[in-house]
Amino acid sequence: MAFYVVQFLTGLASAASLFLVASGLSIIFGVTRIVNFAHGAFYMIGAYIAFTLTERLSGTFGFWGGIVIAALAVAVIGVIVEMVLLRRIYHAPELFQLLATFGLTLMVEDLVVLIWGPDDLVGRRAPGFKGAIDFFGQNIPSYDLFLIVLSPVVLGILWLLFQRTRWGVLVRAATQDRDMVAALGVNQKWLFTSVFAVGVFLAALGGALQIPRDAVHHAMDLRIIVEVFVVVVIGGLGSIIGAFVAAVLVSELNAFGILIFPKISIILVFLVMAAVLIVRPWGLFGKPEAPARKTPGLTVNPWRPLTSNERLAALAALVIAATLPLFAGNYALTVGSEIAISVIFAVSLHFLMSVGGLASFGHAAYFGLGAYGVAFLAKMAGLPMIVCLLLGPLLGCMGAAVFGFFAVQLSGVYFAMLTLAFAQIVWSIAFQWVSVTGGDNGILGVWPASWAASPSHFYWLSLGVAALVTIALRAMVFSPFGYALRATRDSLLRSEAVGINAKSIQWTAFVIAGTTAGIGGALFAYLKGSVFPDNLGISLSVDALVMVLLGGVETVSGAVIGAIVYKALNIWLVSQTDLSKLVLGGFIVLIVVVFPKGIVGMLEMLAQRRRKASPPGSPLLAKPIESAE
Amino acid sequence: MKLTVQDLNSHYGPAHILFDIGFEVGEGEVVALLGRNGAGKSTTFRSIVGLVAQRSGRIMFEGKDVSARPTHEIVRDGLGYVPEERRIFTDLTVEENLEVGRQPKRPNAPHWTRDKLFSLFPNLGEMKNRPGGRMSGGEQQMLTIARTLMGNPSLVLLDEPSEGLSPKIVEQMVEAILTMKKEGVSIVVSEQNLHFARLISDRAYIIERGRICFGGTMAELDARPDIRDAHLSL
Repeated sequence: MAFYVVQFLTGLASAASLFLVASGLSIIFGVTRIVNFAHGAFYMIGAYIAFTLTERLSGTFGFWGGIVIAALAVAVIGVIVEMVLLRRIYHAPELFQLLATFGLTLMVEDLVVLIWGPDDLVGRRAPGFKGAIDFFGQNIPSYDLFLIVLSPVVLGILWLLFQRTRWGVLVRAATQDRDMVAALGVNQKWLFTSVFAVGVFLAALGGALQIPRDAVHHAMDLRIIVEVFVVVVIGGLGSIIGAFVAAVLVSELNAFGILIFPKISIILVFLVMAAVLIVRPWGLFGKPEAPARKTPGLTVNPWRPLTSNERLAALAALVIAATLPLFAGNYALTVGSEIAISVIFAVSLHFLMSVGGLASFGHAAYFGLGAYGVAFLAKMAGLPMIVCLLLGPLLGCMGAAVFGFFAVQLSGVYFAMLTLAFAQIVWSIAFQWVSVTGGDNGILGVWPASWAASPSHFYWLSLGVAALVTIALRAMVFSPFGYALRATRDSLLRSEAVGINAKSIQWTAFVIAGTTAGIGGALFAYLKGSVFPDNLGISLSVDALVMVLLGGVETVSGAVIGAIVYKALNIWLVSQTDLSKLVLGGFIVLIVVVFPKGIVGMLEMLAQRRRKASPPGSPLLAKPIESAE
Repeated sequence: MKLTVQDLNSHYGPAHILFDIGFEVGEGEVVALLGRNGAGKSTTFRSIVGLVAQRSGRIMFEGKDVSARPTHEIVRDGLGYVPEERRIFTDLTVEENLEVGRQPKRPNAPHWTRDKLFSLFPNLGEMKNRPGGRMSGGEQQMLTIARTLMGNPSLVLLDEPSEGLSPKIVEQMVEAILTMKKEGVSIVVSEQNLHFARLISDRAYIIERGRICFGGTMAELDARPDIRDAHLSL
């Protein structure tokens, strides 16, 4: 019995940091409508700075002072980020906001390694809370008790701040109607900045308070952000009470999940999250959001099938690509295969997010499931390659069917957070379930059959599949299903009013996209000869988003171009620098701020400008239609 | 002149909404902006306070051009705005709604306190702690006006204050607007209802399809039934 009580208290203590970070995320989202992906990064910087300060400053005052100063310092960094970056993208579609803050996260991950080194740092114990308290023979660290008391205190302070101060009233008003607050003479800019500072302060405090409990390391940002996303999805985004209750719930589920399913403890959290989503899709304490009207892009040009000339051009490009083995070496062919697989992956995500308006932040899950599917079939069942390639993607299909069912119940940022959390769950399973997946060691020796073994043959195979997939998905855009899907994207309510079963259409699209990604993953497993948990990791999911974004969200051909350019750049970059995350993150931020329409979008704009200059232009596509407020 | 609008043009995306709008409001005057649904009344107001991004023209408020300034600065200079859709903060109580509108005292404008506003709108005083979401339409309309007055404006843009209200509440609204006028607040009120406008206004402009097509005193408007019938639905 005593053991369970202690386990419960440990769970409560873990909830403290989770609550601090989640409430910060919620407060920021409430006012600015930005889901700050970089919140985990602020948490991590808080921990690192607190580590340095508490090492330098001595004594009790030094320790606690160091924690508070660290949180304040990170809040200042947050203010700078808000003023320099976020102010530029408040009116951008949420996809861009998520990506820009994710780009920041990537940059921070490399920066902390540059500053503090790659090793885990073990911090000082908290003065006055070094010991443990004996509870019927079980030890409870007294610092845990401190944390257990701290979170309700913080909750109380936040409550007073929001209910009893003018600032709090203004923030609550702005949460509901930003423009009206401005129309009453309140300077929104500073309100936003102050809210962001408070939210970041809470995140950094959460990180700083972790140092007596846990080692500080450079991957703690992603771990916390995924848990925080789960917390706010359960508790309801924008609700501080919700963040508190859900943080406790998730922490307890983790604490006891380890006892029930020691290998895959995350399953329990997933089951609870799924249950909450079915009953209250907007979270326990959240409010239903008005259906989002915006599509991922900034403007929507009407799409049209390719003209016969464009078809010939695409065919010519394919033929030219097919001649690569005639003059290129083996390395170039392997890179070529990888690029072709990236095209498959990117067009599958493009189908979901541009055609369907559902920006998934966890698309790699289905890519990786396809890869694992192949690996299981090839290694365990010993099936021939052609069968594996046909059946392997089915694992991606099944994963997409299960997760997609829950994901399409939500939209916008909730959808993004949920897909990310799902992907992370799949990743954890692959990572933890060593007896089946091999864990971190992966599954090795997935080699292609002799007919596809040579680099040129494999390249042709990948290229052929990529071409087929692209043509099939493109054809689907202009099929009745594609029209229905685009209708649900442009207006969920109106599409339902004309008799489209929106959720089922979106679910179908999710499954199609997941299966297609699985096809890419299946090829990838054979290309690399192995499968690792990284094949379903967040960074791969973001790669896909960046490919689509780089090519241009709004264009049908953008994904293909984006995938080719991005993959080629990426392979080159990794060979050139150790700081690839820093460069990639900076690159993402740059695209979002400077080239939100991507490569193809830019080319189209230039072409349109030229067309406008010469009078007899196409009247149909003369002007992009801005989505009116 | 308190407020002078010249050559105001506004766009929503590719759609041109307002065409060379121009009108004037004198110190302490109540001016009606009349027009049918969709004529451009609300867009005119939203453009004046800077809530429409794509706008051009000159907006002189108390002798200063405010057309390039952000919304909150225009409002802080004493140009109050009461939106059409009420837009009260439904999660906030009556008192908290007023708090959001509170701004410092201004030398050239009447000073409003909570108590003064509660005597102007007695209903509000009886429900100080009620959340805005649990008030009737008329009470919400009063709250929006009271909230704007908390900013001590010298001029108020009132967007369709009588819309959707019962005759009894409309009467109270007329009283309140006349009290505001007596206190020295200049008012521009947009209306579809000519009878309501006649009870409170000194002069009127008629707007139709984004253009001003008449301007004059109420008596001059009454002398031109042709204009009235062509542009206003009675």
